[in-house]
Amino acid sequence: MAKRTPLYDIHVKYGGQIVDFAGYELPVQYEGLGVLKEHTAVRTKAGLFDVSHMGEILVMGDDAETALNNLLTNDIRGMYDGQVRYSLLPNEKGGAVDDVLVYRISGKSYLIVVNASNADKDARWISARLPQNVTFANISDAVSQLALQGPMAETILRKLVSEDFIPKKYYSFTKNVVIDGMRCIISRTGYTGESGFEIYCGNIDACNMYETIMKAGKDDGLVPAGLGARDTLRLEAAMPLYGHELGEDIPVNEVGLGFGIKMNKENFVGKAALEAHEPEYERVGAKLIDRGIAREHCPVYLGNEQVGIVTSGTHAPTLGYPIAMLRIKKGLKEGLTVDVRGKRLRIEIIPLPFYKKA
Amino acid sequence: MSKILYAQTHEWAKIEGNVVTIGLSDHAQHELGDLVFINLPSVGDKIKAGEAFCDVESVKAVSDVMAPVSGKIIEVNEDLESAPESINSDPMGAWICKVEADDIPGDLMDEAAYEKFIK
Repeated sequence: MAKRTPLYDIHVKYGGQIVDFAGYELPVQYEGLGVLKEHTAVRTKAGLFDVSHMGEILVMGDDAETALNNLLTNDIRGMYDGQVRYSLLPNEKGGAVDDVLVYRISGKSYLIVVNASNADKDARWISARLPQNVTFANISDAVSQLALQGPMAETILRKLVSEDFIPKKYYSFTKNVVIDGMRCIISRTGYTGESGFEIYCGNIDACNMYETIMKAGKDDGLVPAGLGARDTLRLEAAMPLYGHELGEDIPVNEVGLGFGIKMNKENFVGKAALEAHEPEYERVGAKLIDRGIAREHCPVYLGNEQVGIVTSGTHAPTLGYPIAMLRIKKGLKEGLTVDVRGKRLRIEIIPLPFYKKA
Repeated sequence: MSKILYAQTHEWAKIEGNVVTIGLSDHAQHELGDLVFINLPSVGDKIKAGEAFCDVESVKAVSDVMAPVSGKIIEVNEDLESAPESINSDPMGAWICKVEADDIPGDLMDEAAYEKFIK
């Protein structure tokens, strides 16, 4: 049976259309709004997402940094307390167990934020590979997460906490922040390509936190936003989604995430496999020349030869035309088509990200 | 005299003699969400009741539109190509095509029956 986040009743109250996603009952969109309006609100004003389905894992101890660093493609040494870093969690073959955010609470304490669909798998993977003197805790079921995203997000947050507690830099966070008596972490991160924050709090405070933020943003155009808009927003920003652009069998050096893979690090799980693997495919962006929308799994052709697949595709609400991310053989530019329900549509390779905030 | 009937697959059919105008019901547009693309049929196409003749895409997914009647398409609402969202804002006004019908199935529902069907 699908799980519910602590905010389930609030979604229903706001008219959320509930779907099953990664084992959770979550709103895909809200009555009277819908994907396009919610998407536009995040690009122009602000939207509030329930992302409590995401998993949270604590890793603590004197050797936490060294032990974790061995499990990640990125290098977490040299981070400051309150910094966030993106990394892949690689498998031995060089594929991805998951992609994660690493929060450095201190040099001996890290919070790892993982995808809901992988949370149990990640917990097993990580805990089995930590030495005994490193403490591991899967706190996913105790923590709720709200994403307040959009150009008005900071204005709204300033009504709730003093400026000192709002993280200044992208990919940094503040902890032990108190909003209306509720303790939380505020992180300047997101999955929309817009400025914004992710707020972590205990389940017991989730509903009050949600309503407090909604109330604070009511004159700033804040709307509830669902999974549909989350997907179109991240796709315009060309952010990868596990299960689409990333997977156990996709070498992480074929996904355009080189900034998060430090091959000069002494060692990490999967490093040898990646060193031995000359990338054959790459992740690229495309725009459709012919009318139609290419969805995930659609085959991509050069002439009659299949050269890859669409990993994500949608109509891009901000851009006003259909876009897709492809996994295709390296170096191909011209003359590509995509098979959409039996029809070959011409596509044009364009640079990623599709959308970048001004 | 014209009457509007509904198919179980959520299309409406406005019947005027043997000319039938086809569109998507309000319930259908609501379930589909924001429509961003329509793949229209062509004038002259033969359609068969119960079979797909057109597809629409919302931001999330593609859905077939089924023919509520059988016949030959005599007119297509080309305006929808650039404005598929008008199906969301005015589902009864945003017709998809007109058909010269040679068969109108007996199981189409009137409005009262359709309202009951979607409950």
